[in-house]
Amino acid sequence: MALDAKVPQGEMDKKWTDYKGHVKLVNPSNKRKLEVIVVGTGLAGASAAASLGEMGYQVKTFCFQDSPRRAHSIAAQGGINAAKNYQNDGDSVFRLFYDTVKGGDYRSREANVYRLAEVSAAIIDQCVAQGVPFAREYGGLLSNRSFGGVQVQRTFYAAGQTGQQLLLGAYGALERQVALGNVTQYSRHEMLDVVMIDGKARGIIARDLVSGKLERHFGHAVLLCTGGYGNVFYLSTNAMGSNVTAAWKAHKKGAYFANPCYTQIHPTCIPLSGDHQSKLTLMSESLRNDGRIWVPKNLNETRKANDIPKDDRDYYLERRYPAFGNLVPRDVASRAAKERCDAGYGVGTTKMAVYLDFADAIKRYGRIEAGKAGNHHPAEEETIVLGKKVIEEKYGNLFEMYEKITGENPYEMPMRIYPAVHYTMGGLWVDYELMTTSKGLYCLGEANFSDHGANRLGASALMQGLADGYFVIPYTLGNYLADEIRTAAIPTTHEAFEQAENAVNERIQKMMGIKGTESVENFHKRLGKIMWNKCGMARNAKDLQEAMVEIRQLRKEFWSNVRIPGEINECNAELDKAGRVADFLELGELMCIDALNRAESCGGHFREESQTEEGEAKRNDELFSFVSAWEYKGDSTWELHKEKLEFEIVKPTQRSYK
Amino acid sequence: MEHYNMNLTLKVWKQKNADSKGKFETFKVSDISSEMSFLEMFDVLNEKLIEEGKEPIAFDHDCREGICGACSMYIDGQPHGPWAKNTTCQLHMRAFHDGDTIVVEPWRSKAFPVIKDLMVDRAAFDRIIQAGGYVSVNTGNAVDANSLPIDKSDADAAFAAAACIGCGACVAACKNSSAMLFVSAKVAQLSLLPQGEPERRTRVLNMVTQMDKEGFGNCSNTYACEAECPKGISVLNIARMNREYMHAGLSADEK
Repeated sequence: MALDAKVPQGEMDKKWTDYKGHVKLVNPSNKRKLEVIVVGTGLAGASAAASLGEMGYQVKTFCFQDSPRRAHSIAAQGGINAAKNYQNDGDSVFRLFYDTVKGGDYRSREANVYRLAEVSAAIIDQCVAQGVPFAREYGGLLSNRSFGGVQVQRTFYAAGQTGQQLLLGAYGALERQVALGNVTQYSRHEMLDVVMIDGKARGIIARDLVSGKLERHFGHAVLLCTGGYGNVFYLSTNAMGSNVTAAWKAHKKGAYFANPCYTQIHPTCIPLSGDHQSKLTLMSESLRNDGRIWVPKNLNETRKANDIPKDDRDYYLERRYPAFGNLVPRDVASRAAKERCDAGYGVGTTKMAVYLDFADAIKRYGRIEAGKAGNHHPAEEETIVLGKKVIEEKYGNLFEMYEKITGENPYEMPMRIYPAVHYTMGGLWVDYELMTTSKGLYCLGEANFSDHGANRLGASALMQGLADGYFVIPYTLGNYLADEIRTAAIPTTHEAFEQAENAVNERIQKMMGIKGTESVENFHKRLGKIMWNKCGMARNAKDLQEAMVEIRQLRKEFWSNVRIPGEINECNAELDKAGRVADFLELGELMCIDALNRAESCGGHFREESQTEEGEAKRNDELFSFVSAWEYKGDSTWELHKEKLEFEIVKPTQRSYK
Repeated sequence: MEHYNMNLTLKVWKQKNADSKGKFETFKVSDISSEMSFLEMFDVLNEKLIEEGKEPIAFDHDCREGICGACSMYIDGQPHGPWAKNTTCQLHMRAFHDGDTIVVEPWRSKAFPVIKDLMVDRAAFDRIIQAGGYVSVNTGNAVDANSLPIDKSDADAAFAAAACIGCGACVAACKNSSAMLFVSAKVAQLSLLPQGEPERRTRVLNMVTQMDKEGFGNCSNTYACEAECPKGISVLNIARMNREYMHAGLSADEK
């Protein structure tokens, strides 16, 4: 099938307006007859379900957590971007669009990104109207801060809990629709297959995670808002339950999977402390507004961080990238940390960490605070006390979290940080309307591939999730459903439902029947190690080829030796996890295939064979200016389709933050 | 930070499902590093149980960053264990010593029935929010965000209340199983903000009615909820809710 992105004709800044002006509509009485399934209740899912419920559609939501409010969007810390230009620092829709395309290393679709920038301002308005308590200045107006890869202050935030506040806003809107009877909510439910009838998505098979029973649910359309697949690496900043299963089942039923190799390794996470570790914890990028990153200049440095004088410190980001300094984009900052640690300059017991130091910021803020109080020559201790208060207001919860995990006080000594898997730019391929290659099956938020190219800029994930849910899908879904008003609800006794449920059931039976000796967790850990070592921050052809062989072998072992205790028809967390790991074992291979195929470096995808003399990522626009969209051909084989990327506005150049 | 290993005895509540009767079972774990989180210690125990052909212990958990509110263990008589302002997932083993016996139970409250082992059903919280924990504003109705300046101290107070993660520790800590801290946090957030003004009266009346319907008890001012709240939500919110409730009740006829 040829890929048609359905990008509207016309000037870039008129496309979305024109689209909205001409899109098909569904009248209110018909909306009441149309059913929509929304899988996942994070920012994308909750905002979509609430908005569609408000419009009058009959919506069903599904989440594996015990409440929609616990979706992993809740953990997003730093903030959300919007082209409001409240700081009068030259921001505009165009600049946000430009920064995002450039930040994505020219591997995203321009029209989608432009629309994202266009609707960004309305998101902030909507959230404030819901009562989301963003940070404010003394004048009562909204406060902003800066994030990596940009030179303006366009990030709105609520301390280090922005995702929580935005999600609770969307969750409130969703619960309101539940109360009004427009949305039915299914918590502790996991989608295990999509049901296709006559080439259109018409429902899902879900498993009730408390009773273990399989259920059939019909919908005129199905929306997947199920987040990213970072947990394929086992260790990541994702929640323990975050998984690829819904997207993967859709992929196996026909939806193309795009750019699976684009994963974001976030530069500032708490380093690994031992083999027991179950997950990694992010320290928000916002910390790079004030923290300075450094390693010792001397190999085999033994002094404690605070005892190392300035002259013996290498502030390597400020040295290498003077224009952006500590606020270079994530992919650049991560690789630079790896480079220093690989060269032997890392700190801490494992030597796989760098310092993130607030001492200078504490003094700087302390002097400002003292000055406000009329004291222009404060003593150093006084400055430090005042400065710590400012830092606490900005990042208090993050500092607390760091101390709880490491037992070290970051107000007194620098944090130790190291890159960790955080976000996946790849996902199901979608067109301009967010529809996958399967008709009636949509994909929103992190689960789709659309807006971030090969690298996502900080504070843009929340923006995209809410843009898709609040402001894009309410228009684009109507364009499809307008032709479905004559389709009566299909009874779930239809043979397609029957077949899908049987297939799901068979797979569960098969998994439970293995009764092997190795736990699901072990398989997951082993997969994670392969992925991190061979398809992680730096990749090469040899490693990727080896990884594919190893993953296939591991998959075979899983299907002959996994041990899942308990029963099928009961609450069984091991069985839930087994299904997810089985899907990761297939996805991992596709990620390696994609990474091998893309013999260029771009954004988060760094091929060692393709770098500049200074060790920066080197793109190859002539050969690789396309989206890789993989079609599943059965039995772990795939066919590559290419969506050529055309850049009308932002001309691709070597990305430079120097 | 110095770290050490320890051997521990765990007494954990085991219950097959909502309909069956539960009981404490004793487990031993060895070589637990002080650097592990409490849930990682449970991971180690569960892996051991699986290896021995037994069933692992079921517990709720997800983000393991102290923000999703899923984890919910009652540890040695305290919701989320011995550390103040902390969730179970952020509790680390350096809080314990070699040879300790640790007792772990699920949240105890009629309104939070046990699903399995340490997992409870907190859907009652969703239903309380459904009763009015929001501003009724449809997508697309908003005015420019900065057209509504809000006093920074009000905005900060609203944020402090909104930081509630809905874990239910307040209910578990309360001898009356009261959900007042949870409900008041939402009521306070929205009553502090001008956006919440139009529904101010109906919101508090409806949410409190739903709270009572779910079987949560009343508040008798012991402040156990505040002491155990992982996010430090203040009992002053309860005072604010009572004031809102009284005002709404007294002036209900005017509406």
